[in-house]
Amino acid sequence: MKDIILKEKHEALGAKMVPFAGYNMPLQYSGLSDEHQTVREAVGVFDVSHMGEFYVRGPQAFDLVQKVTTNDVSKLTDGKIQYSCLPNGKGGIVDDLLVYRIHEEEYLLVVNASNIDKDWDWISSHNDFDAQMENASDNISLLAVQGPKAAEALQSLTSINLSEMTYYTFQIGEFAGAQDVIVSATGYTGAGGFEIYFKNDNAEAIFDAILEAGKEFGLKPAGLGARDTLRLEMGFCLYGNDIDDTTSPLEAGLGWITKFTEGNDFIDREFLANQKAEGIKKKLVAFEMVDRGIPRHDYPIVNENGENIGKVTSGTMSPSMKKAIGLGYVDKDYSSLDSDIYIEIRGKQLRAKVVKLPFYKAK
Amino acid sequence: MNFPEELKYTKDHEWVRIDGDTATIGITEFAQGELGDIVYVEIETEGETLDAEEVFGTVEAVKTVSDLFLPVSGEVTEVNEALQDAPELVNSDPYGEGWMIKVAMNDASQVDGLMSAADYKELVGA
Repeated sequence: MKDIILKEKHEALGAKMVPFAGYNMPLQYSGLSDEHQTVREAVGVFDVSHMGEFYVRGPQAFDLVQKVTTNDVSKLTDGKIQYSCLPNGKGGIVDDLLVYRIHEEEYLLVVNASNIDKDWDWISSHNDFDAQMENASDNISLLAVQGPKAAEALQSLTSINLSEMTYYTFQIGEFAGAQDVIVSATGYTGAGGFEIYFKNDNAEAIFDAILEAGKEFGLKPAGLGARDTLRLEMGFCLYGNDIDDTTSPLEAGLGWITKFTEGNDFIDREFLANQKAEGIKKKLVAFEMVDRGIPRHDYPIVNENGENIGKVTSGTMSPSMKKAIGLGYVDKDYSSLDSDIYIEIRGKQLRAKVVKLPFYKAK
Repeated sequence: MNFPEELKYTKDHEWVRIDGDTATIGITEFAQGELGDIVYVEIETEGETLDAEEVFGTVEAVKTVSDLFLPVSGEVTEVNEALQDAPELVNSDPYGEGWMIKVAMNDASQVDGLMSAADYKELVGA
C-alpha cells in the first residue's frame, strides 16, 4: 500500500482514509453529502495524487499516442486535452485516460491509478516507434479543485487567467509560488474547475495555499466518496465499473472519442469499425429508479417478464437530486430513452426508466 | 461518542432498549457514523416472528448497503414509519427519533447475552 504525500494533512483535517487502487486515500472528511453539495454549489478540493502520469516524448511521440488511443490525436494543438481510451486489441478497453499535448513532440497521458502498471506495459509493448516514455506517477501530485467558485478561489495564487480558460485546455506556469505547475480546466465532477499537477516537493505548500485562498469561498476538502457520486450524476464512466477489458468503447457510449478519421490507425480500429457497422448488442444506459430502491454495482437488470437483460455497473442515491440513479449494460432492445427496465434488488424486481445523461443539470 | 448506559448493544452495532417484554431497536451512533449519510431504510418484516441474528431489514448509505440483524427473537410489532421519508433521522438522532423497530420478545433470557454500554464502547475502541 502506497501513501500519497499529503496523507498526514488529510488525517489532520479529519479524513477517513481507505485503501483504493493500492493507495491510502481520503474517502470523506465532513461527510459525503456535505462535500458533494459543497462542490456543486461552491468549491471543493480533492487529492487525486494516486492517478498515473506518463510522458511520451520525441519526434515519434505522436505516432505512439495515435496508435494506442481511440481519439484522433492529430486534432490536438498545444495546450489542448482529449478524453480518450486505450483499446485492448480484443475490442475491450485497457483504460480511459486524458491526453495532453504539451507540444508537438511531448504528450502527457493521465491514467487511472489501478491501471498504472497495466497501461505502462501495454503502451510500452506497442512502442514500435522512437518514442521516449517516462512514468512520472510517483513524482507528481494532483489536486482537483472543483466547483463553480473554483476560478475565483484560486485566482490569487496564479498569474494564469483562470476564468478565461476553456474546458479541456491547460497552461503550465507558476502556481502558489511553485514553478512548472500544470493547470488544467478539466475534472470528473461536472461542476467546473481545475486539475492541478505539480511535483511532490510542492505538495504541502500548494495544498495549504489552496485551503487558505479558498476559505472565503467556502472551499472544503472532499474525498473519493463525493468524487464518485459527483461523476455518477454526470454519467462519467468509472474504469472497473462501467468500462473494462470486456466492454467496447461503442457499447459504453464512447463513440464520440472513437474516431474513424483518416490517418487515425489505432489498435482495434477495424474491429470497432465492424462493430459500428453491424450494430452493438448491448449498450450502457443511464436509468432512474421509479420504484423505491437503490441500484448497486452488479445487481441484475431484467425485463418485465423477469428475463435477464443486463447488469448494473454503478448506482447510488444522488445527493443533488435525492433520486436513485444508475448506469448499466442492457440488451440493445431495451436501451432507448424511456424504456422500462427492472432492477433486481434483494429478490424484488423494481421498475426503473432509461433516461438521458447527464442526470444532473447545473442550475 | 454517546453510548447511553441504559441501553444494551450488539457486536453488529445495534442498540436495544428493554421495556418489559418489548425491545426497541436501532443502530448505534458509531454505526451511523461509519455508514455515513443514510438515504434509505428498508424494513418489511412487520408482523413477522424472527429468530435472533436474522436479518430484519436493510440500511443504505449513499455508498453502502448493510443488513440489520435482530438482536433478540420475537415478533416485529412496529416499524418507525418516520424513516420512510426521513432516513437521515438515523444519523441525527440514532437513539431517539432514529429508532427502527419494536419487537415483542419471546425469550427474555436473550437479553442477558447482549453487551453493556461499557463493553460495547470497548468493542468500538471509543
